[in-house]
Amino acid sequence: MHSFKKFYELTLLRRFAAIFVLTAMFFAGCAPAQQSHGKTVITVWHWMSDREEAFLELARRYQEQTGIEVRFELYAPSEAYAQRVKASAQTNKLPDVFGILGEKRDFASFIKSGYVANLTEAMNAPEASGGTWRESLFPRALSVNEFLNGNEHGVPFGIYGAPLDVMTIQMVYNRELYRQAGLDPDSPPRTWAEFMAHCEALKQKGIPRFVSGFGEIWLIDALASNFAMNIMGEQKVFDTYAGKVPYTDPDWVRTLALFKEMTDAKVFVDGAVTMVNKTAEQTFANSRAAYAFNGSWCVNVYAGMNPTLDYAPMLPPLVNETNPPRIWGGAGSSLVVNGRSAHVEEAIKFLRWFTAESQQAYLCEKTLNLPSNAKSLGQIPPVLAQFADDMDHVTHPSLYPVNELPAVIEAFDKGIQSIMIGEKSPEQVAEEVQRVKEKEMKKQG
Amino acid sequence: MNTRSALSLTGTANEVNYERVKKLTVSVFVHAFLVLVSFSCLFPLWWAFASSLKTQQTVFTDLSFFPSQPQWQNYLTAWTKANFGLYFLNSLFYTVCVVVGVLLIASMAAYAFSRLQFPGKNVLFLVLISTMMIPIPGSFIALYVLLNKLGLVDTRLGYILPQINGGLALGIFLLKTFFDDLPKELEDSARIDGCGRFRVYWHIALPLARPALAVLAIFNILAVWNEYILAMLVLSAKQLMPLQRGLMVFQGAHITQYPLLMAGIVITILPVLAIYLMLQKHIIKGITAGAVKG
Amino acid sequence: MNLHRVRHIVGNYVFVLPALLLFLIFSIYPFYKVFQLSITDWDGISPQLNYIGLANFIDLFTDNPVFWHSMRNAFYVTFLALTVQNFLALGLALLCDRDIKGGNVYRVIFYLPPVLSGIVVGLIWNWIYDGNYGLLNHFLAFIGLEDLSRAWLADSRTALIAVSIIHMWKGFGWGFVILLAGLQSIPRELYEAARVDGANAWVMFRHVTVPLMIPVFILVSILTILGTMQVFDIIIATTGGGPGYHTEVPITRIVSTMIGSSKFGYACAMGVVFGLILLAISMVQIKASKMMRQV
Repeated sequence: MHSFKKFYELTLLRRFAAIFVLTAMFFAGCAPAQQSHGKTVITVWHWMSDREEAFLELARRYQEQTGIEVRFELYAPSEAYAQRVKASAQTNKLPDVFGILGEKRDFASFIKSGYVANLTEAMNAPEASGGTWRESLFPRALSVNEFLNGNEHGVPFGIYGAPLDVMTIQMVYNRELYRQAGLDPDSPPRTWAEFMAHCEALKQKGIPRFVSGFGEIWLIDALASNFAMNIMGEQKVFDTYAGKVPYTDPDWVRTLALFKEMTDAKVFVDGAVTMVNKTAEQTFANSRAAYAFNGSWCVNVYAGMNPTLDYAPMLPPLVNETNPPRIWGGAGSSLVVNGRSAHVEEAIKFLRWFTAESQQAYLCEKTLNLPSNAKSLGQIPPVLAQFADDMDHVTHPSLYPVNELPAVIEAFDKGIQSIMIGEKSPEQVAEEVQRVKEKEMKKQG
Repeated sequence: MNTRSALSLTGTANEVNYERVKKLTVSVFVHAFLVLVSFSCLFPLWWAFASSLKTQQTVFTDLSFFPSQPQWQNYLTAWTKANFGLYFLNSLFYTVCVVVGVLLIASMAAYAFSRLQFPGKNVLFLVLISTMMIPIPGSFIALYVLLNKLGLVDTRLGYILPQINGGLALGIFLLKTFFDDLPKELEDSARIDGCGRFRVYWHIALPLARPALAVLAIFNILAVWNEYILAMLVLSAKQLMPLQRGLMVFQGAHITQYPLLMAGIVITILPVLAIYLMLQKHIIKGITAGAVKG
Repeated sequence: MNLHRVRHIVGNYVFVLPALLLFLIFSIYPFYKVFQLSITDWDGISPQLNYIGLANFIDLFTDNPVFWHSMRNAFYVTFLALTVQNFLALGLALLCDRDIKGGNVYRVIFYLPPVLSGIVVGLIWNWIYDGNYGLLNHFLAFIGLEDLSRAWLADSRTALIAVSIIHMWKGFGWGFVILLAGLQSIPRELYEAARVDGANAWVMFRHVTVPLMIPVFILVSILTILGTMQVFDIIIATTGGGPGYHTEVPITRIVSTMIGSSKFGYACAMGVVFGLILLAISMVQIKASKMMRQV
């Protein structure tokens, strides 16, 4: 009857307990000691794991030059980072410098909570070397971090963040596939008619045409709003967002109909409608599509997967030649200074150094992102420089005087997905989006 | 099976033959099915392994079964770049703490819910296991605020305790199910021998529930080993971070270094499989029968 | 005598005390927070809370067809998982329960899908289902059914079932491990006795295995329901909820409301309603199981 003693000796738990005690003893001896007293330490939070090495190297250089220690802390992936920042904001635990992910609305909310220092004064102060911090940076990159007088968020006028890099989101085309299709690799399509004709030529040769990560609906949103702004002009798009023009307007139906036209002509690669962008990038990098719609960071991605890929950026084809083309772009990632930090001055000084010419050139060399410092442009690879050329056409939701409501944006993007699978007609989608718009407007009061 | 073939020996030679053919056919079908399912499970692992030996350029173009120029150095690069040496020990520590904690606390509670009487038992049980059901979208922020109040942010304890709590609901539920089905005779006789509640629980009930404990251990080991969101929320010091922090190095916002990532994944999977291999023996032994006899 | 009784009951409480303490500290506060936030229009950042009563709930029940559609999708996947996935898990567990050759090897292999990280699973299945280079389409062409080939994740008729298959493939290993542990806990003597009585394999399964396994079946089915209703990672790694709303599930809706639209309070209300639905389903399951056991 006392056979249970035998089991006692075998108990799993006991073995675990033994390991547990041993490990606990091991770790008791090496608790982290990280408080460095008396010296100023600037802590920076970021989510950019692919730039971690470069950041650490720059931090080392900064300490060498100034004696101030900068501690970069990486929290990835970006969803985890965003949670961490929001949670820390609730307990006043944000670091001296951090980045804000999300839309301008979120940015505004952080500013209004006092967590973001206004950099305007520092931006405009004359530098020893002549000029100002502000003048050294791309104006387009700065405006993403700028709040104008009378903005819809009620934030006081000012620049609140320093851009680390700039980007554009536009189309790229494969020059080699162009040659194979008997098309001129130096003249990508400029107009919608040319684009559709080139697609037909590619199709004749059995070359797949257009890929993008349309499963991530913000890419649909970017492309569709490029078309919309070209068709009806920026002002009418903003008027729609403000509720003065309905989505059932012929210009909006025309925008939606472009997607139907592309679907009917089998322009999209099979499955693009739910594709994640990383898959779309593989597809284009391996020459399995002639066009892609992607951000300028793709230079780095394609270089890793297929260094010999022969491609170039192009603007989305013009539907209405009387209006200028529009693409999204601006600051890729920005850092802000915590307004409640004990080291606001030192943190601003560091950011200024961080975005200066030679640091930006180093970052660009290591990470193949477009530098935010215009002076560093001379030192970048040619393909990347071509992306920078299109900066003049750049706009971004962060720059709009008025933004569309998230629920309406979703209905619009998902509606385009429905068009792409032949489930709904452009007119149907326009009506549905308008219905959602009216409902949401009513809720906003 | 053995008993049955022994019985059929008493039949004629023909019957024996028929039995044998039938058994063989069934066996072939069974194994064919098992092999098919196994293949579907092994394929992704093999793919990850083969990819880990390719280069960033060939990872999606070279579809061979095994790369002609295997890049074994990817493993060394992955190990050093991801700083696995440090993170491995951390993850080991967290895993042991959480698993021991969950097994102990959940088994005690489950035992009480299954065997002991006290007022409010059913309500309490329901409340405890309902933590499994409410997916709390904002819970991370609330948890951080709480840990901050307790002074547990950026400590090992602040990372361990919420995970133990997270594993309890499933643990209590699973163990109670198994305790409910265990024969009570052994416990009764121990009680007659003068054993108190704790000794009965520790010396009799726990060993009997070994298969269930092993299952629970397996589930929790995997959960802790793969955890990273909570780590990113609670911990800042690199010295405290778990294994998954190392894998993040290969997954940028835009760039994923696939071969190194796959090498890292293979490295992180191996210990889990080894432990599973060890633990599954406890699932299999089926000590219940022996215990009843004892 | 009375004091003795009280001491006895207090002693019993000691067993649940550690679990209760952890629960009170780490679950109650977040729970309370979620309920509190569900009646605000909080954006997730600003320091002050603006209470709006039941407006979030009213909107959710009267004016959010997308959420309820996502709920229907989750039920669809759950139904498939409850039937196909669990029968597969049971079948494999039964086979591995017998002393077959290589049983140990199979036991390890079937646990591989749960162990594999979501990244690998996403990459593999995106490749299998791909419209142009997919393994599935190649296979269909090989057996002469190329008419059926398509981009499986992008077709409104197949997207949800394609996602369900990934989920079931990834999930059956869990059920397999629990069911196997349950089967192994059944005393061998019971089978021996039945065999002596001349029972065949089916009779033994029906009258020995099934009755003893009912609690484990309940456990596995509740875990399947909870696990499947809360499916999320696989959707994000493959379709992102598209095309249109064809593969949206409650958690993708909650996350996109919380992060995409910064409607934190509203997302909390969705979480509360969704949690209560799961709780109700589980209660019904447990009640039903009690009735079944009494029969």
